[in-house]
Amino acid sequence: MEKTKTDYNRRAFLKSTFLAGGGMMISFSGLAKLSLDDKINPADLPADWHELTGYIKITSDNIIKIFNPNPEFGQNVMTSLPMIVAEELDVDWKKVVVEMGPHDNVKLGPQFTGGSNSVRMYWKPLRDAGAAARNMLLTAAAQTWNVPVEELTTKGGMIYHEKTGKSGTYGEFASKAAGVPIPKDVKLKDVKNFTVVRNSQKNVEGLKIVTGKPLFGLDYTQEGTLIAMIQHPPAFGMKVKSFDASETLKMPGIKDVFTLKLYEDGFEQAGFDTRTFNDLLVVVGNTTWQVMNARKKLKVSWEPKGDTKDTMAGRNGKREVVVPGALESTATHFAKMKEYAAKPAQLLRKDGDPETAFKNAAKVLERTYNAPFLAHNCMEPMNCFAHVTDEKALIVGPHQAAGWIEPTLSKVLNLPADKIDMQITRMGGGFGLRAYGHTFVEAALISRKVKAPVKLVYTREDDMTYGIYRPMYTATYRAAFDANKNLIAFHVKGGGIPEHPIHANRFPAGAVDNYLAEGWEIPSNITIGAFRAPRSNFNAAAEQSFLDEVAEVMGKDPIEFRLELLKRAKENPVGKNNEYDADRYAEVLKLVKEKSGWGSAANKQYSRGVAAYFCHNSYAAHVVDIVKKDGQPFVERVTSAVDCGIVINPDAAVNMVQGCVVDGIGNALYGELTFKDGVPEKNNFTRYRMIRHREAPKKIDVHFVQNEINPTGLGEPPFPPIFAAVANALYKSEKKRFYNQPFSTEFQKKS
Amino acid sequence: MPVISLNVNGKTVSVDADPATPVLWVLREHLNLVGTKYGCGVAQCGACTIHLNGNAVRSCQLPVSAVGKNAITTIEGLSENGDHPVQKAWIEQDVAQCGYCQTGQIMTATALLKSNPNPTDAQIEASMSGNICRCGTYLRIKEAIKTAAKQM
Ligand code: FES
Ligand code: FES
Repeated sequence: MEKTKTDYNRRAFLKSTFLAGGGMMISFSGLAKLSLDDKINPADLPADWHELTGYIKITSDNIIKIFNPNPEFGQNVMTSLPMIVAEELDVDWKKVVVEMGPHDNVKLGPQFTGGSNSVRMYWKPLRDAGAAARNMLLTAAAQTWNVPVEELTTKGGMIYHEKTGKSGTYGEFASKAAGVPIPKDVKLKDVKNFTVVRNSQKNVEGLKIVTGKPLFGLDYTQEGTLIAMIQHPPAFGMKVKSFDASETLKMPGIKDVFTLKLYEDGFEQAGFDTRTFNDLLVVVGNTTWQVMNARKKLKVSWEPKGDTKDTMAGRNGKREVVVPGALESTATHFAKMKEYAAKPAQLLRKDGDPETAFKNAAKVLERTYNAPFLAHNCMEPMNCFAHVTDEKALIVGPHQAAGWIEPTLSKVLNLPADKIDMQITRMGGGFGLRAYGHTFVEAALISRKVKAPVKLVYTREDDMTYGIYRPMYTATYRAAFDANKNLIAFHVKGGGIPEHPIHANRFPAGAVDNYLAEGWEIPSNITIGAFRAPRSNFNAAAEQSFLDEVAEVMGKDPIEFRLELLKRAKENPVGKNNEYDADRYAEVLKLVKEKSGWGSAANKQYSRGVAAYFCHNSYAAHVVDIVKKDGQPFVERVTSAVDCGIVINPDAAVNMVQGCVVDGIGNALYGELTFKDGVPEKNNFTRYRMIRHREAPKKIDVHFVQNEINPTGLGEPPFPPIFAAVANALYKSEKKRFYNQPFSTEFQKKS
Repeated sequence: MPVISLNVNGKTVSVDADPATPVLWVLREHLNLVGTKYGCGVAQCGACTIHLNGNAVRSCQLPVSAVGKNAITTIEGLSENGDHPVQKAWIEQDVAQCGYCQTGQIMTATALLKSNPNPTDAQIEASMSGNICRCGTYLRIKEAIKTAAKQM
């Protein structure tokens, strides 16, 4: 393989990437063991692929390619999903070639990254696909050798017939197998016999990432591509009134400046068709730097847009939503939230007679928690490549769900879906933001207008000030105790701008006799959307801090207190529709208790806080250990316990939990976006504080509950409870409770 | 626009660009070396880190006219086949999540190890704190730097 040793170069890569169709990414898992010498050159791959189900292709000389169906944004599905196929197909993982699949919802399923759903949603289809393909190969071998199919066995991509001593590679039978009808309901492997899944495998794109290959949307280009940027209004609630582009057009490399309407009036927006600003002022030129500079020369006058109407598509027909036009500020947000919190709210759930219980209580504990808007701050700013003509469209970019945005593009561009070629690139983070489609529509409209391939680039400032933010939330919790300090009632009333955060059927619902959950919402023109574990990321922070205080009032250990509630929820659950499994919830608490040495004298030097949460069908608990560093509280160590069912790729799963912990600590301590007269008050990392290397814990110990339950979510569940574990540890460290995120503003003021 | 001559990854190249253009954009859009990433444009995130004569610099803040004869190394020039000990350590520790920040992290780490072959944890933290990772891979970055230090 002397040739391939040096031939995996830029040229070869570009060939496979760009000629084979934009977002195509080819990975070689042979690199997993750092065997950099024996990798295969993508340009050398033979062409005689035989397709066995939409997910697998095999050549006659036994090269096995598995397609990852789902968009990759760092959750490592490029590795974990093909592992599932490889397991049932029964092939040597080291010899598998992994490639990002094309956008094809018929062949490759929903292709949606979000809701911690990738593995959960593809677990069964991918096992079925692998098992079906293996079965097709066996059928082909049985026919060729004229032996009963039941007598055949497989191992590592080989087929054996023991009686006759015959053996052959999958490749030898691939062409014949491709003609065998895809069988249904093929028997799957026993989980205990897994050899690929549940074993740590390296990221199949590891080498490409560390060598800087063009994997991301922002890296994509084509001959003749122009760069476009959008000059959006400086404030939410404003729109462009008029502009003078004469100076801009004189700048080098500038092609055009124009306004464009994102959606026509009355356009029925689907759930992910956001519309932050509808009138776009666009600058198009040759290079990013030229456009960046030229847009500074624009003379624009902006005006308040006033109340507007959005037409939302929905299951029960379309409905109109009024978006208020007033320019909003954080100070007025707080005042309004106080006002709404005092008003009657929407009833979300009621068990027993909470009103009477509160009236008769010997003691009531009431606490209010607040959290700000958050910007996603994916490290790769928003972008999209589009080349739209009258006949067809090529769209290449980082999107969590190409299938959601395609129908919108089809409507807006008036092109049938089969004329729109959407290619999925690796995403430099998503965190929910990339489930929304406006960037894609913008790029497509700009390309159509200038009749050229265009890459729409958001600067960091655009990305941060033109966001689909995590909403601003508040919640007031109340607990009622009898004279013996027993918890007799629990009340949560939560609200937000513009949505409330409450999950009414989650713990401690089901564990308290008298329970009341209410929610209220304040309309706003600040656009919001999914942000890693939507709503849960606030609920867990508030509720799990509150439970810490409740346990304290009752004189109980916070873990034991939660376990008692969970015992009640299991043995004699209150009410209906309790979303969580009390046993699994209790199990992560027990595991984190054991692994963290909770209560042990050996950990005396730490200020410790615990929290747990259930979301996305999984369970997570953390113990946070704080020490003082330079007089400031510092999270030095975290112990995590997670139950997400079967863990596909253990070491990568640990990485994901560690990432949730670091990201969660960062957002809990520093994350905040405030507004003044509609203007986001931070527009880059100079002011928007992100957690830094030196602020990350020294150690994060991750433990998984070992079981054989079908896999559930992992990318989000460990994120919400870390906020509360930090708050509860800060209480021990600073001797005061923290109710307002970001917490660091409070302890830094103090010191 | 003037033609500017640069030494990039051991080769002399000429680019036709406004002298004020940051090296970041010259690399990405004139030379098609896209391993150097744009993250903030204001020297706050480290995604654009390259080496100038072996020292880590933020290429988003370096006008192309200021480079002169100084040697630029980008992630593409760190090794021929991705087998620089730091790159290998990154793979061994399976550091990346989304991966976007990692080339910048690797360039900063490589410069650190060149000037300080056996950095302490505190030195690693100090040197690496200019590189943001939204995915939160800092612990693995530290481990990878220690792994590489042993092999260099
Ligand atoms: S892009 Fe240069 S430091 Fe962020
Ligand atoms: S790996 Fe995603 S930003 Fe660092």
